[in-house]
Amino acid sequence: MKLVSYFRGEAFQRGVHPPGCKLTAERKIRRLPFPDRVTVPLSQHIGKVPRAIVRVGQEVVRGQPIAKSDEWLSVPHHAPLSGVVEFIGLRPGMRGPWVESIVIRAHRGATQEDLWGRPRDLSQASGQDILQAIWDSGMVGLGGAAFPTHAKLSVPKQAKVHTLVVNGCECEPYLTCDHRVMIEQSADLIAGIRYAMRATGAVRAIIGVEDNKPDAVQVLRQAIADAAAAGVTEEIHVEAVPTKYPQGAEKMLITALFGAEMPAGGLPIALGMVVSNVGTLAALGKLLPLGQGLTERVVTVTGPGVARPGDYRVILGTPLKFVLDYAGAPAVDAMDARQVILGGPMMGQAIGSLDVPITKGVSGVLVFRREDMQSRESRQTYPCIKCGECVESCPMGLNPSTLGMLAAKREYDLMGEQYYLGDCFECGCCTYVCPSNIPLVQQFRVAKQILREKAA
Amino acid sequence: MKIGKAFHPQISPICADEKEPRAHAMTSVSLVCDLSWFNLRNLRNLRIDSRFYGMSAPLIEIRSAPHVQSAKTVETIMRNVVYSLLPICTFYVFQYGISALLSIAVVTGACLLTERFFVGTGTQAGRLSDYSAVITGILLALTLPPGFPLWMGAVAGMVAIALGKALFGGIGFNVFNPALVGRAFVQAAFPTAIATYTPSFLPGRFTEFIPSTLAWPLMIPDSAAAWLKAKNLDALAGATPLAKWKFDGVLANADELLTSLSGHMAVGPSPLLILLCGAYLASRRFMDWRIPLAVLGSAALTAWLLFAFDPARYPNPFFMLFSGGLILGAVYMATDMATSPVTPKGMWVYGALIGLLTVVIRYYSGLPEGVMYAILIANAASPLIEKITQPVPFGRGVLDRVKKRATYPLNPGYISREEASAVTPKKRFLPNKPKK
Repeated sequence: MKLVSYFRGEAFQRGVHPPGCKLTAERKIRRLPFPDRVTVPLSQHIGKVPRAIVRVGQEVVRGQPIAKSDEWLSVPHHAPLSGVVEFIGLRPGMRGPWVESIVIRAHRGATQEDLWGRPRDLSQASGQDILQAIWDSGMVGLGGAAFPTHAKLSVPKQAKVHTLVVNGCECEPYLTCDHRVMIEQSADLIAGIRYAMRATGAVRAIIGVEDNKPDAVQVLRQAIADAAAAGVTEEIHVEAVPTKYPQGAEKMLITALFGAEMPAGGLPIALGMVVSNVGTLAALGKLLPLGQGLTERVVTVTGPGVARPGDYRVILGTPLKFVLDYAGAPAVDAMDARQVILGGPMMGQAIGSLDVPITKGVSGVLVFRREDMQSRESRQTYPCIKCGECVESCPMGLNPSTLGMLAAKREYDLMGEQYYLGDCFECGCCTYVCPSNIPLVQQFRVAKQILREKAA
Repeated sequence: MKIGKAFHPQISPICADEKEPRAHAMTSVSLVCDLSWFNLRNLRNLRIDSRFYGMSAPLIEIRSAPHVQSAKTVETIMRNVVYSLLPICTFYVFQYGISALLSIAVVTGACLLTERFFVGTGTQAGRLSDYSAVITGILLALTLPPGFPLWMGAVAGMVAIALGKALFGGIGFNVFNPALVGRAFVQAAFPTAIATYTPSFLPGRFTEFIPSTLAWPLMIPDSAAAWLKAKNLDALAGATPLAKWKFDGVLANADELLTSLSGHMAVGPSPLLILLCGAYLASRRFMDWRIPLAVLGSAALTAWLLFAFDPARYPNPFFMLFSGGLILGAVYMATDMATSPVTPKGMWVYGALIGLLTVVIRYYSGLPEGVMYAILIANAASPLIEKITQPVPFGRGVLDRVKKRATYPLNPGYISREEASAVTPKKRFLPNKPKK
């Protein structure tokens, strides 16, 4: 299979094939009930942190902006539920440090409809208007990076975009939220793609879906045919790409679709492309005509430690404890040590507190029981035996073996200058395959941080 | 916000600061963390927290991503190599009888005991249960003559682990293949014994030891010639095919080389079986397929060039490949992970170097066999080879290399040529030169 796709020139080189474990691929998206309180961190995305524009004690309606910034690289936040602002201050954040957050207590018995929106007809709107509408909706990349969408879709004057690449790969094991969104919200997705194409000036859109989701490919092809029958003139394709981790990285997806390597250190815009995630565009397609803000997202709650795994539509700011209680991983039996991961198992973030809220960039919640982690814990760590597995698996073509040895010797400058440490995007392939159980990615993270601090 | 800056589990230098690799396991495994950890640092937040949610503090562990790992470990790799060696050993014992069996057992035992000593004293990384010493022992025994005195075999095993492995720091750190270090030592120390081969498939090989096997420790064994004469065999029957060719100009036949079933020629472990077991290892990706291919290819090419140049003086390439220890060396010795380059290009260069050196040593030196020295020299060159064959990172090669058969053209055809050239970068991205 690998050989066939290699000769057909479809996939990028190297990469790994972790077991899929897509437990929730067949289950419909369900809505999670609203919690009593939500915690909305002000910093949920890359860029400037917005300021709170509400006071403690103020009543807010669902969908009302509660934080805002005048900076370009920043998005507003909207109240996820109707209630009273109870507290503004430090709350536990997903990266460990406590972060400035707004806590809202729900009104009992409020209808919780999204009442704040300003519906409008965008069929004749210009690209600038659409970008402004996207900015107002507080949209960020829902795939995990949480980069403000309006900034991603706005094209610099000197560049020209011809292709919108829509990323429906979802190469991380366990996660299925994009898969379900593609199936259940295909019409929204097409609408979102059309908005994005108008905002960027792209003349074609290509949806790349990994070939382990044939149902999604079929549904999307049908949706495109339906849209064409309804008079949509934009050129939209769906393409099945080989299943391989990290196919969802934009560089790898572009390689799979166009056979071209993106220049190192460059953005897709250098090739005339913009890459966006299906979840983001589906949410755009739903929110923009209603003029509403982003107040909820689809999250995959899964893993061996969850009794009722599934894809849930969760309002932002819901504490993890509430999510896990609902999905059948009661957080209170304190004796059972476990691991809770935000995101996928390859790149996700293990968190230290269940009070951490769901934010815009959280695509999955994974729970591993103690016994699931035992095989990893009992594993012996050896020195590098130079088997070369990491070199064979690094999608960026680096040499993690040598980089790891240099990191142990603290030769950080050498790593950056001669071994292209900066190209590493921490996909985790090298650590996944390492038979010696060396935490290579963690070493690279440390080295990159030290280099960053040195440069600053 | 002050707390925020103080606590960065993501970027705290947990692992890179550890010089001792064994310590990684402890640091990466568990940083057990509950709410009380935070509370110690901020009492104000403790109050707020307890007011909101009560003080439940489930035990959650923090690790760094990735949170899943492939099943392949050092142990599984080494164990599978041992499994693949078992058929070879069985046939070897079938060929040479109990002397060969005892030789394998003693050499492997000596390796394991030495490994146990150095691991126990803490001077060496790794564990006894990682099977790497077993591989060293079996391979070393397979390179020695079946009638090699047992005490010399034990010395070889001890030297292999002590000088070849423990001296450098244990598994992964060794520069030279430990089995070959052991063999090089006994080659220098006991030149007669190591050149004394006995024919295979002798009658009574399962009931009678080859006399040299049971030589007393520190004693030089008697010559095997008398023993062979008593068996009505020519003393020369004990010479290896390479020695026969080198000193007598006699070329062995193909069937003798491949199986040695027809005659009484003294060949080592069966080359066909080794190739078969190597194919198993390569198919399960416990061994890299490039190195054996490069070794054999380069040896065959060099031998063929010389054979074409002067067929009377040089033997044919087939004889070169299947005589002596070239197959064993190419499949099991050269592919030793720690002593070969990690880069794919480097593996080709390294293998080609071994093949070339083997043929050159066999033809032009005083020794009949050259595989061992060829591999040891290539081991020494391996860090250098690795340095000059680093992979080209993604997006840093020549950008024009767009695959023709890609699903979509890079630029849609309905964009005019002028526009297309405006969006396609013209600069060629070549690897950066290291800054001075």
